[in-house]
Amino acid sequence: MAKRKLQEINAGSMADIAFLLLIFFLVTTTMESNYGIRRKLPPPEDKNQPPPPVIKKKNVLEIVINGNDQMMIEEEPADVKDVKNIAIEFITNNGKDPKSSDSPQKAVISIKHTRETSYKMYISVYNELIAAYNNVRNRYAKQKYGKPFEKLTEDEQKVVKDAFPQKIAESTPKR
Amino acid sequence: MGKFSKKKDSGTPAISTASLPDIVFMLLFFFMVATVMRENGEKKVTVRMPSADQVKKIEKKSLVSYIYVGTPIKKYQAKFGKEPRIQLGDAFANVTDVGPFVLKEKAAKREEEKPLMITSIKADTDVGMGIITDIKEELRKVNALKVNYSTKKGDVVTNFNK
Repeated sequence: MAKRKLQEINAGSMADIAFLLLIFFLVTTTMESNYGIRRKLPPPEDKNQPPPPVIKKKNVLEIVINGNDQMMIEEEPADVKDVKNIAIEFITNNGKDPKSSDSPQKAVISIKHTRETSYKMYISVYNELIAAYNNVRNRYAKQKYGKPFEKLTEDEQKVVKDAFPQKIAESTPKR
Repeated sequence: MGKFSKKKDSGTPAISTASLPDIVFMLLFFFMVATVMRENGEKKVTVRMPSADQVKKIEKKSLVSYIYVGTPIKKYQAKFGKEPRIQLGDAFANVTDVGPFVLKEKAAKREEEKPLMITSIKADTDVGMGIITDIKEELRKVNALKVNYSTKKGDVVTNFNK
C-alpha cells in the first residue's frame, strides 16, 4: 500500500478571514460609556403626608436658573465655576456667618429651574454640587480617619455621610 | 567583486507572515469581547451627552432601562419634527409611556433584582429641562426612584464650548 502523504490545508487565507471578522467587529463596536450622575428621586407625593417641617431661610442655599441658563445664587448672579466654592462655604459655615447655614446637617441646597433651562446647565450645576459634597466629605474623612472617603469602610463612610448629608432639593417648574 | 555578488544573492529575507493571523485573531477577540450589541436596536434620536466629572460607573448593565431624549435623526424629522422626543426601546414615545415602559422592564426581572433597577436617562445636552422634569415625575409615580443621568467623563466647562 502506497502511503499517501496527508495534504496540509493551506492556512494562507486564514488571515483574510480573520481580518474580515475583525473589520466587522471594529465597525459595530460602540464603546458605550456607562458613566453617569446617580440620583435618587423623592418618593411620590402622598396626600396624607404631614407637611414638611419649616426650614429657616438661612439654612437654604437657593440656586435659581432661568430659561437662558443664567444663574442666581442667593439672589446674586453666579457662574458655573463658582458654584462649587459657594456650596462648600455654605455647607461648612457652622454658624460662623449668621446669614449662612447653622450646620452641615441642616444645610439644604435648593435648585429651581424653568422648563426652558438646558439639560447641560442643570447637569453642570448638579455636578458641581456633588463635587462640593465630595470635597467636604473627603476633607472630613482625612481629618477623622486619615484616609480619603473612598478608602473608608462602609461603617466609616456612613459616619461621614451622616456628618455631611447630601440634601439637594429640586422644585418642579410649573407648566 | 566576487565578495559583493555573493552578498547580493542572499538579499534580505522576507518577513514571515505566519504569525499575522495570530495577531489579527488577538485583535478580533478583543473587539468581540468589547462589543456591546445594542439591545435597543435602532437609535432614532441624536444624543450628545453632557460632560461631568463626579460620575459613577454602572456595574450591572442588565438592570438598567434606558430612556433616550433628543431631536429625531434626519430620517424622522419630517414625521416627528425637530423638537426633542423620547425614545423608549426602539420607538418614539410620549411622556405618559415612560411609566408603563419602566414597569414592563421591571416585571421581566427576577424578584431579588427588582429593587436594584436603575433608570438611565440619556439626554442630549441641549434639550430643555421641561421634558426631563416630566420624565422624572412619571418615574416618581411608578416608584422607579433610582435615576442615572448619563454623561461623558470630562470637565463641565466643556459643556459650554461651542
